Amino acid sequence: AKSNNALGKGLLALLSSEKIDESVWEEIEETLLLADIGTDSTMELVDVLRERVKVLGTRTPEHVRAMLREELIKLVDPSMDRSLNIDRHEDRPAVLMVVGVNGVGKTTTVGKLARVLVAEDKDIILGAADTFRAAAAEQLATWGARVGVPTVKSDVDGADPASVAFEAVKAGIDGEVDVVMIDTAGRLQNKVGLMDELGKVKRVIEKQATVDEVLLVLDATTGQNGLTQAKVFADVVNITGIVLTKLDGTAKGGIVVAIQKTLGVPVKLIGLGEGADDLAPFEAESFVDALLS
Amino acid sequence: MFNSLSDRLTATFKNLRGKGRLSEADVDSTVREIRRALLDADVAVSVVREFTAKVRERALGSEVNEALNPAQQIVKIVNEELVTILGGATRRINLAKNPPTVIMLAGLQGAGKTTLAGKLSKWLKGQGHSPLLVAADLQRPNAVKQLQINGERAGVPVFAPHPGVSSEFEHATGDPVAVAQAGIAEAKAKLYDVVIVDTAGRLGIDAELMAQAANIRAAINPDEVLFVIDAMIGQDAVNTAQAFNEGVNFTGVVLTKLDGDARGGAALSVASITGKPVMFASTGESLDDFELFHPDRMAGRILDMGDVLTLIEQA
Ligand SMILES: Nc1nc2c(ncn2[C@@H]2O[C@H](COP(=O)(O)OP(=O)(O)OP(=O)(O)O)[C@@H](O)[C@H]2O)c(=O)[nH]1
Ligand SMILES: Nc1nc2c(ncn2[C@@H]2O[C@H](COP(=O)(O)OP(=O)(O)OP(=O)(O)O)[C@@H](O)[C@H]2O)c(=O)[nH]1
Ligand SMILES: [Mg+2]
Ligand SMILES: [Mg+2]
Repeated sequence: AKSNNALGKGLLALLSSEKIDESVWEEIEETLLLADIGTDSTMELVDVLRERVKVLGTRTPEHVRAMLREELIKLVDPSMDRSLNIDRHEDRPAVLMVVGVNGVGKTTTVGKLARVLVAEDKDIILGAADTFRAAAAEQLATWGARVGVPTVKSDVDGADPASVAFEAVKAGIDGEVDVVMIDTAGRLQNKVGLMDELGKVKRVIEKQATVDEVLLVLDATTGQNGLTQAKVFADVVNITGIVLTKLDGTAKGGIVVAIQKTLGVPVKLIGLGEGADDLAPFEAESFVDALLS
Repeated sequence: MFNSLSDRLTATFKNLRGKGRLSEADVDSTVREIRRALLDADVAVSVVREFTAKVRERALGSEVNEALNPAQQIVKIVNEELVTILGGATRRINLAKNPPTVIMLAGLQGAGKTTLAGKLSKWLKGQGHSPLLVAADLQRPNAVKQLQINGERAGVPVFAPHPGVSSEFEHATGDPVAVAQAGIAEAKAKLYDVVIVDTAGRLGIDAELMAQAANIRAAINPDEVLFVIDAMIGQDAVNTAQAFNEGVNFTGVVLTKLDGDARGGAALSVASITGKPVMFASTGESLDDFELFHPDRMAGRILDMGDVLTLIEQA
């Protein structure tokens, strides 16, 4: 109804100034987009919030922001099991593989993780199944030496990665170690031949053991292509967890929200630097807080 | 549900077919689709905002073109604007009047610098130059070895007076500034005419390492400082490009991993935010996977424009 008296107008103005105007929604949308959440997830989140605002009759932007945090935490799901499957089997070691596109931090993550496991008194062997990139095996071996664990590698440049992986697992079985960690070469998910090769590495390992944990390493600076990466790697080697690296920079890594939601694969670890100790468990709430900051 | 821009625009075009002139509402709905496509391609939010405002303004003000329907005109405008930004300052490598020409590489961790060093050296060698690679990443485990192998594959010598971090060394001990400087002296003494200096990866917010990069730059006074950036990068392209621009005032950009299926919106962000030209594209792991940058192809890739242009022809 149209109000003509001055009092009515004043009241109306007061009410509308307390309403959530478009600029609040724009700000929320921008925050999400800037964190690489992606247009789809952003629009879904904003719709959910708009609906809640309507139902609850929310008035203050602060409350909307609090609800945004809530919704994001719900999406990222603190209740997911994020532990690593790396308990030794009765008769053989657990096997862990890292996979991902080029330069994301796979080798470094193996090095850091080895440090953590050594600190837990586990016996470990590393396998250098990146036989392609220049000095990749040496890089892994340097990490191994740093944390005091042996590395199985081939002396032949361009050796078959599956046989190196096989040898590493064999050495792990013979040496009765707890965990064998296999580093693989970076590969873009649209390279069919290289993805087939990765599948083969896994299958060859499975001739003598199970692959208990397949970690997809994802660089936090990655934009929307991250979802495609995760889908294709999940198809080829059935990833069981995600490591989000380079979170020490300014990137938020928001694409993992869509990845977790689409694939149900949890982010398990985060990388926070280039040093041996820069690895931490993923925590949904702090991730969301960083994302919104 | 429409996935690609061309799908969505096809729908928009269908609605518009037969109309002579675009209303403001028509322009707005087309621009909205374009905005969405740019964001999906990882173009930075601020760049998208500026870009779509410009497109909208031009579309509303554009004179009627008899040959194209109004929606097609918008797409044409978008394509033109993209190519203008991406190709605004396309140019060749600056060669020094008095050799050696000094090229410094900088960028985030894992972007593809060391691989690019090998590619550039091979390419320049093929053009009759005699390049020298300088190993000034003394930090990443076995970075020096990696460059040496790339140099060997390219048939280009590598100046590496310090082994960097390899099995014997627990921590980074060498001085990359001194190594870079010595590399230039070596090139002068042995008459190499191009020097390519590989540096360690670093984050934009790492003040200490950014200062080190600035020190390397100051010590070797390069003719080109190439900012190497991964085509898969998302919104962080803005922060990173700004930080490196301030830190080492780069002169050109190289976009890597373009052999992937990322749309590569970062190209637009970096070019638009820094005004620096994208000079090269890195398209694979082998040393020959390297090309000059093509603004028109990149525009098509970001927008899925190849299809859209076909669409215009069919309409
Ligand atoms: N700042 C930062 N840098 C990291 C992190 N993890 C890895 N890096 C750096 O990223 C670069 C690439 O790391 P690698 O471990 O070699 O990556 P990769 O996935 O094994 O690479 P390829 O085997 O070549 O595909 C190196 O310079 C690492 O030091 C991290 O969490 N933070
Ligand atoms: N597919 C593809 N891979 C590339 C390209 N450029 C580099 N790589 C790969 O990306 C990974 C990282 O490349 P590097 O050259 O080591 O990167 P960097 O910037 O020197 O890394 P840091 O020294 O650790 O900062 C390696 O696996 C390379 O083989 C490219 O254009 N396409
Ligand atoms: Mg590696
Ligand atoms: Mg390097």
